[in-house]
Amino acid sequence: MRKPYDGVVLAAPVSVPYVRYSIRSAHWWLARAFSELLKNARLEKQDVDGLTVSSFTLAPDTAIGLTQHLGVSPRWLDHIPLGGASGVVALRRAARAVQAGDAEAVACIAGDTNHVDSFRLTLANFSQFARDAVYPYGAGGPNASFAFLTAYYMRVQGARPEDFGKLCVAQRANALKYPQALFKKPLSLEEYLAARPIAEPLRLFDCVMPCAGAEAFLVLSEEKAKALGLPFARLLGTIERHNAFSADPVQMRAGWALEREALYAQAGCGPQDMDFVQTYDDYPVISLMQLEDLGFCEKGEGAAFVRRHGFTWDADFPLNTCGGQLSAGQAGAAGGFLGLVEAIRQLTGRAPGWQVKDAKLGLVSGFGMINYDRGLGSGAAILGS
Amino acid sequence: MTLKKKNPVLRTRLPTLPPAARSRVALGLTAAAALGRFELQQCRDCGSVQYPPREACQHCLSIRLAWKPQSGEGELLASTVLHHSNDLFFRERLPWRLGLIKLASGPTVVAHLHGAVPAAPAAVRVAARLDRAGQAVLVAHPDKETCDMAEDRQLREFTCDPKSRKVLVTDGKTGVGQALVKALAATGSELIWVGHAEPWKKLAGFDDLKGIPQVTLVPLDLTDSKNVREVAAEIGGKVDILINNAEYHRAFGIANRHGVETARAEMDINYFGLLRLAQEFGPAMRSRGADGMASAVAWVNLLSIYALANYPPHGTFSASKAAAQSLAQCLRAEMRPAGVRVVNVFPGPIDDEWNQLVLPPKIAPAALAGAIVKALREGVEDVYPGDVAQEWLERWRDNPKALERESAS
Repeated sequence: MRKPYDGVVLAAPVSVPYVRYSIRSAHWWLARAFSELLKNARLEKQDVDGLTVSSFTLAPDTAIGLTQHLGVSPRWLDHIPLGGASGVVALRRAARAVQAGDAEAVACIAGDTNHVDSFRLTLANFSQFARDAVYPYGAGGPNASFAFLTAYYMRVQGARPEDFGKLCVAQRANALKYPQALFKKPLSLEEYLAARPIAEPLRLFDCVMPCAGAEAFLVLSEEKAKALGLPFARLLGTIERHNAFSADPVQMRAGWALEREALYAQAGCGPQDMDFVQTYDDYPVISLMQLEDLGFCEKGEGAAFVRRHGFTWDADFPLNTCGGQLSAGQAGAAGGFLGLVEAIRQLTGRAPGWQVKDAKLGLVSGFGMINYDRGLGSGAAILGS
Repeated sequence: MTLKKKNPVLRTRLPTLPPAARSRVALGLTAAAALGRFELQQCRDCGSVQYPPREACQHCLSIRLAWKPQSGEGELLASTVLHHSNDLFFRERLPWRLGLIKLASGPTVVAHLHGAVPAAPAAVRVAARLDRAGQAVLVAHPDKETCDMAEDRQLREFTCDPKSRKVLVTDGKTGVGQALVKALAATGSELIWVGHAEPWKKLAGFDDLKGIPQVTLVPLDLTDSKNVREVAAEIGGKVDILINNAEYHRAFGIANRHGVETARAEMDINYFGLLRLAQEFGPAMRSRGADGMASAVAWVNLLSIYALANYPPHGTFSASKAAAQSLAQCLRAEMRPAGVRVVNVFPGPIDDEWNQLVLPPKIAPAALAGAIVKALREGVEDVYPGDVAQEWLERWRDNPKALERESAS
């Protein structure tokens, strides 16, 4: 039996406003996130004794170099380069450090810059397998990889473009309420379907837009949060699982399917109890995969599930309530933090205008690192108010 | 396929290459593809086949990995058509079709997808080919051959098909030269320049070439720098494929002959002739590496299997071919940035007058010409045509020192 996460809370949700392109470095974005987090928590930097850092564009530096850059001296430090799974994994590492007393307050920060050519450079050197066996094939980046998964999902599960479109349209409606979303133009299903193809069957609005930005949150004990007077969300359960189902010829499921029973058992609740869900939404097909693997519907029922529900912040199944990456933008590794930061906002009543009514329980899922033909990392966390 | 005539008003595009970076272990795929083979890593301990290439077996963690030939049979699971690319080479060639394929041997692979492969699910045959950067890529073909398969727009980016291209054969007088011209004409080359030196020397069959409609005779003497420069000035900017088959071949090694004149004459054509050609034709061909569907694509060198290890009965000839092979490697490095492939051909003894005393088997000129055309059509980089060449290659790979001892006796 895994040890529960009793007494661990998340506070001080920070989203540094995204921009499409930035001439700053990742350090600038991470510094902004850290400084906003301190301001938000009314702490001095020496009060934060633990730090996790996630970034694609920080090279040649890692977390250790950033300590000197920011002039901090943490007694606990971790570099978590797991892309879209970084948020959940950073939370898990930080939570155990806090429980063990290795650190009292851990700042989990993620940020990336986006120069005009940095996305291309990131793709070309993303991994050894990507460089050897994906990038030379048209250099389409993740669009091509997820086009395969989407095409296969459509063929085998009977999903239609309208099903993916419904998620994109709902998330755009959410983004219109979230002040920091990059996409501020309403999107209709007709516009979604008429958009230009990028990597068939993916259309323009199926693909996240790379941008610069940063996200952060603070992990600490409930007593400390109360002593500081910080609104917080509780960590009720969390899992991670990597490179699961590696023998599947195409990715139609990931680590959540193996770990979800442990997740819900640890949290003491089930999928039906969630007031909102934040999936990792680099492409809508991945949201459907998560909803299936995390037990919101049966495997293969994702499309039917989409047809039955509404997904705006005020609908019956609030999903990616600040617009998700599809409408807020994908700020590199910060994309793996967006769902957690938004969940803290929702559970602490800090989502004015897009607040899910009576939000007490929420599920956040992370997915990261298309090393070759599929995403390797998966994780999830259940937070409560 | 009909190729449009070049519009002289439009700028000739500069050559771009597909992404060329590979890990060292992945170059095992390239080593096999250069010979026209599709090989993947197979574990010597547990037998599992894996891809992408790794440093250890993903099943049993053994490091005893060998590259083994693959049938390439597989099933297309999903396909996509890219309308956007982050790379210049592909941006200029969009839309581009890709497939995700489950190989019968186990792994799932990403591959360039031939236009004739139907929608998923579909049976395909995966092969490894060299792309314009000279690196191996996987290409999925329909499981059954179709007649116009070679003319697929994407496939033509990987091959050097002489069809509809303009070819220079540097020596049309030899048996191999004549066979080459006929083979090229038969595959539909648009224009064939046929070099010939020493006009006073009449050789049987040469005059027949004049009757082939695509043929234009060009006086070309590889020992004459000025002549090579003039010919290059005239046609160098139009040659898509250059086949340097000119060679000077005399028997004997060191002790059976006095003086260096014969060896010098061998070097003058076999080595310096290549150098002269490369200096004069290389720059023009490099600049035309992306010149539409009929761009400059290949440079073929007729070397000899004895370039690998000296054959003492033809010792100085072997040495000149070894020099040429080394120079061809230099040429390959210099042509690669333009996407022009340097194809080295290593035949065993050719069935001609200079190998009169060599015991059979010997490779017939027509068979050698066929092997060269096939190599171009398949985009292969190193060719060892004929039984003698294959055997010599195998012995050389197995134990070069043993081959040295064996060929001395």
